[in-house]
Amino acid sequence: MKVKDFVERIKDISKKEINIMEFCGTHTHEIFRYGIREILPENIHLFSGPGCPVCVTAEEDIDYILFLSENYNFGIITFGDLINVPGSTGSLNYLRAKGKEVIVIYSPLEALNIAKKNKNKKYILVGIGFETTAPNFAYTLIKIKEENIPNLFFLSLHKLTPPAIKAILDMGEVKLDGIIGPGHVSTIIGRKGWEEVFNQYNIPFAITGFKPEEILYGIYLLVITIEEGKASLINAYKKSVKEEGNKKALDFIYKVFKKGPAKWRGFGIIDNSGLILKEEFEDIDIRKIYPVKIESKGNLLCKCGEVLRGVLKPPECPLYGRICTPENPKGPCMVSSEGTCSAYYIYGGNRWKR
Amino acid sequence: MCLGVPLKVIEIKDDNVALVDMGGATIEISTIFTPEVKIGDYVIVHAGFSISILSQDEAEEVLEILEKS
Repeated sequence: MKVKDFVERIKDISKKEINIMEFCGTHTHEIFRYGIREILPENIHLFSGPGCPVCVTAEEDIDYILFLSENYNFGIITFGDLINVPGSTGSLNYLRAKGKEVIVIYSPLEALNIAKKNKNKKYILVGIGFETTAPNFAYTLIKIKEENIPNLFFLSLHKLTPPAIKAILDMGEVKLDGIIGPGHVSTIIGRKGWEEVFNQYNIPFAITGFKPEEILYGIYLLVITIEEGKASLINAYKKSVKEEGNKKALDFIYKVFKKGPAKWRGFGIIDNSGLILKEEFEDIDIRKIYPVKIESKGNLLCKCGEVLRGVLKPPECPLYGRICTPENPKGPCMVSSEGTCSAYYIYGGNRWKR
Repeated sequence: MCLGVPLKVIEIKDDNVALVDMGGATIEISTIFTPEVKIGDYVIVHAGFSISILSQDEAEEVLEILEKS
């Protein structure tokens, strides 16, 4: 099935003005890369949601990492896209500039070898991501315990997606008619993982893949339900997403973590949206070892919070494209390749009006 | 970080480890969440772990839906 065919079908059936939000940063990126906003009819408006884990990392969490590195001399091990995310006093890159150790990994399992090879140093593995990366870190933490590695500790910045979607719908700042559900989060939590949100809000919801034709297929199915005035929870990415999700991965998550409150940049604290280490893992839980309360002030000019909630488009931010660019980002939405500001900037600058 | 990509499995090793082809380069991944994986399968890989084995393309099913509508 070709992109053109889906676009023609959508044009044929789409009459109403509709707002659809995609929550996944990879969807945002692909939608811009393939110019999907431009080929859709003008009555379909796409909004980008908070689906980039580094973009929603609170200033406090970055400041806490800086505090631990500077005061207790921990080396920091984490994913590359967290490096440039600004806290209120600097970023992990700024730590590096001060001679502190910040190690970028691709798989969390790499942290085991780093710690084993450098027994005279101590490290914090910073776990970040949604349901897609949480199982990987959970498995790694079980390995840390099994292999009894004394110099590797853990900070959980893991967040869950359904509570953020609920928060957006509760805020009601953008009137949404449909949601493009995140394909790989859904691979873990299953179509079933969205039933609670769907039953509560009764909003058309389509779990969607990432190729251009898969994205348009998801939008097409959403437009059908919206035009019919119905709501359905649709799995449009069956080749990867099963009804129950990946049970093995889910089991690992809940062997290690429990749900708790988490602070999201642009949202504040959302209940049950964070993954906190269970008691059995307290001896490696850095928050339990150094329970310091950090108060941070955000950058008042950066509008990432409003962008993440779909209230503002990036070009409406006073910093966008002038002093905030992918080469010199001021806010997290410009830092990560999955960030909305970065997608706008890389694939079109100021020409995106919709 | 969340950019999950489909990669082809080219070798299965012991202890839930497999080798996948990434544009000509070979990388090692953990298959702990997809233990049933076989050589030749396409898997979605996130940060060093496969999270799903891709089933046959949905193209035919999509075509059927379009023809009905």
